[in-house]
Amino acid sequence: MKIWPSFLAALALVLLAWAGVGLFHWQTLFGVVIPYLAFLTFVAGFIRRVVLWGRSAVPFRIPTTCGQQKTLPWIKQDKLENPSSPWQVLGRMCLEVFLFRSLFRNIRTEKRGAALGFGSAKWLWLGGLVFHWSMLIILLRHLRLFLNPVPAPIRGLEALDSFLQIGAPLLYITDLTIVFALTYLFLRRVVVPSVRYISQPADYFPLLLLLAAALSGILMRWFFRVDIRAVKELTMGLVTFHPLPPGQLSIGVIFYIHIFLVSCLFAYFPWSKLMHAGGVFLSPTRNMSNNSRAVRHVNPWNYPVKTHAYAEYEEQFREKMRKAGLPLETE
Amino acid sequence: MARAPKAPKAEELLDFDFSPPAADWMETPVDFKPGTFCYGAKGKNLDIMDLPNARDWSPTDEDWRLPAEWQGTIIEGLADRMKKYRSFRLFLDICVRCGACADKCHFYLGSGDPKNMPVLRAELLRSVYRRYFTRPGKLFGRLAGARDLTVDVLKEWWYYFFQCTECRRCSVFCPYGIDQAEITLMGRELLNLLGLNTDWIAGPVANCFMNGNHVGLEPQTIMSNVEFLLEDIETITGRHIEPSFNRKGAEILFVAPSGDLYAEPGTYTCMGYLMLFDQLGLDYTMSTYASEGGNFGFFTSNETAKRLNAKIYAEARRLGVKWILGGECGHMWRLVNQYMDTWNGPADFLEQPVSPVTGTKFTNAAATRMVHITEFTADLLYHNKIKVDKSRNDHLVITYHDSCNTARGMGLLEEPRYILRRICNNFVEMPEDTIREKTFCCGSGAGLNAGENMELRLRGGFPRANAVKYVREKHGVNVLANICALDRASLPALMDYWVPGVKVMGVHELLGNALVLDGEIERTLDLRSDDLPGKEEEAIV
Ligand code: SF4
Ligand code: SF4
Repeated sequence: MKIWPSFLAALALVLLAWAGVGLFHWQTLFGVVIPYLAFLTFVAGFIRRVVLWGRSAVPFRIPTTCGQQKTLPWIKQDKLENPSSPWQVLGRMCLEVFLFRSLFRNIRTEKRGAALGFGSAKWLWLGGLVFHWSMLIILLRHLRLFLNPVPAPIRGLEALDSFLQIGAPLLYITDLTIVFALTYLFLRRVVVPSVRYISQPADYFPLLLLLAAALSGILMRWFFRVDIRAVKELTMGLVTFHPLPPGQLSIGVIFYIHIFLVSCLFAYFPWSKLMHAGGVFLSPTRNMSNNSRAVRHVNPWNYPVKTHAYAEYEEQFREKMRKAGLPLETE
Repeated sequence: MARAPKAPKAEELLDFDFSPPAADWMETPVDFKPGTFCYGAKGKNLDIMDLPNARDWSPTDEDWRLPAEWQGTIIEGLADRMKKYRSFRLFLDICVRCGACADKCHFYLGSGDPKNMPVLRAELLRSVYRRYFTRPGKLFGRLAGARDLTVDVLKEWWYYFFQCTECRRCSVFCPYGIDQAEITLMGRELLNLLGLNTDWIAGPVANCFMNGNHVGLEPQTIMSNVEFLLEDIETITGRHIEPSFNRKGAEILFVAPSGDLYAEPGTYTCMGYLMLFDQLGLDYTMSTYASEGGNFGFFTSNETAKRLNAKIYAEARRLGVKWILGGECGHMWRLVNQYMDTWNGPADFLEQPVSPVTGTKFTNAAATRMVHITEFTADLLYHNKIKVDKSRNDHLVITYHDSCNTARGMGLLEEPRYILRRICNNFVEMPEDTIREKTFCCGSGAGLNAGENMELRLRGGFPRANAVKYVREKHGVNVLANICALDRASLPALMDYWVPGVKVMGVHELLGNALVLDGEIERTLDLRSDDLPGKEEEAIV
């Protein structure tokens, strides 16, 4: 099963951080060097990949049209599903990026004896949406560790995220939802036969890594209770490029496990399918307007081709054309 | 050439489910099952187009007689196309294998073969891309989903890339818009670098290049074919029509898919066009040189498509027309909408199309200067410029099949529906999940409408037929209307097999039936020369 390599890899990463800090006390390596390297890899790799994509030409206007085209004035155009102007494209892209419009369309098709049946299938959409939004909020929340003083919007977000006011420290809703969503996405891959069939180690690995990172974060906050002020000293040192030797701060191993997993995620990102985060913006079937009949689209590498000209055609059929009474260019 | 195998019984075809096999797909070798693939391209057809590695071969041959350096050719070709097409490069990188597209492909839904899930069809090529172009693929091989390019892999590509109709249904559902049609297009281009086309595509391409249309009709044959249709029109309506061919100075060049010129039931649609134009007194001409709106070149390579498409503008320029009107055809219209101007424009020698009847400016065609016939006719009906007698279609219960290309590569959804509602009293829609942008392919598009692969076509057409069956049982539907020449060529066989009793008709055939011509005789026959129920008795009374 393709799940084991991914599981073992994720486990190995956890053990590595645990051993590295817990046994060998390589705090500087795991708390400073690796995070820096990972972040660099992320930024450089991300940019490299986007530049590679950007350098490829877009020879044709190929939006997938999912609604009525712009046509006669009395026929209503579906501006969001079949945009014909940049603003409409922006609308379509916002729906895709923020609400996963296309995934929302999902339907289940089943074979019922000699007939096909269609059913609603919104779980994948919901799971995906919950995961991505939780992820975003968690990332934004973490900015608290890198900014001094903490800007009001971030504090506001935190307050919102913990508005249930359960427990001490307060429970973040997104901590729950991200774990649920990831678990769902993972189980779906394992349980649904067709999805299991198409899954690669590269599909299980990021899920497991994310799950491990999230869980280590939660453990750190609730069970092992690391010294949050020391953590902030460390993270502020990182962003101000005056990293403190972390050995002097007393931060529990669980923190290093967490930061190492997150570092791995960052470093892994540009080499993997996670790049869909950048790619979704560039997808020509979604980010182009369907106006190529009204406005000329130019292909940068268009080149002349050999055709069979009318003169050659007439040459070939002259007698037959004459007999049939067709007008000729040359008698 | 081997005889085409007989299509199995419906129960046999449907004896599958969607549970995947135990063995990993990379370990499942391709099985060339008779009835599911087309014959290999003949050398002579490739020669006409100067395409590489021209030779006669069969997909079932052990040795495909590939050029010595074939792997290098493919890898280079892949690199080249990644630079030329952002879509391709991106779609190789960003699939997350969420599976949303998996059960959207009609071939998967009609066969249960997991490699017909769009995502796996793409992985067939992606796995090779990873192996030669990505670091993880080079380092970790199988673990990173990468594999070597072997002859078996190549054969698998061939089998499955000619088992995709480039219908884009998968793309509608993908969160990133990943369009397997783009990958199939590139896959087929790569295969064509090694001379690996099907003859059902290569033959029409060669014909179209030399003679102007896919079947290779010569100029005098086109004219005599149309002559037959005109005789029928005269018998049915009493109206004598004299269209023109290759006439310079006409206002409009009309280009139809050649299927409408020679094969039933497309010819009935053609009769509809001819009657409409005559009734309007349209100043138009047809060309024997640009006598093909369709383009099997698109199922071969971008360059081949462009070479065939060039004739339309060239002929419009030579004849000095003002604009171009295009007939009912699916992939023709994806190309007119998304490719033609970019390939062979700018069409600055034409004028912005204006309907001479209503004065409507077709601003949405301001650059290509080519108007779809249903846009043209819908406009006529909206302005009440033609008289129709709906009751002549009263014996029909009509449903409408969106062709993939006009739906997902254009968005021409309402125009044909508007026409249908204006010309008949009984129009019903198929279930929502099977029409418009979610329409199911006929299963024979992208050059798959051959005879030898009938089993594949029946399987691919099953989801469409299934929806037709539903409305036939519920509403008594007996006509499947469409605006596509390939539909008209392929759906009749499909209906006979899955839903007997449903006729396949072009929208303009139905229009021709309802259209009231000036000075026509009492109609007792439809365009198929069948009795018009109800009308023959009236004539007697
Ligand atoms: S829907 Fe898109 S991302 Fe999901 S498996 Fe299919 S192609 Fe990949
Ligand atoms: S383009 Fe159509 S035929 Fe091809 S994989 Fe997608 S759904 Fe299937």
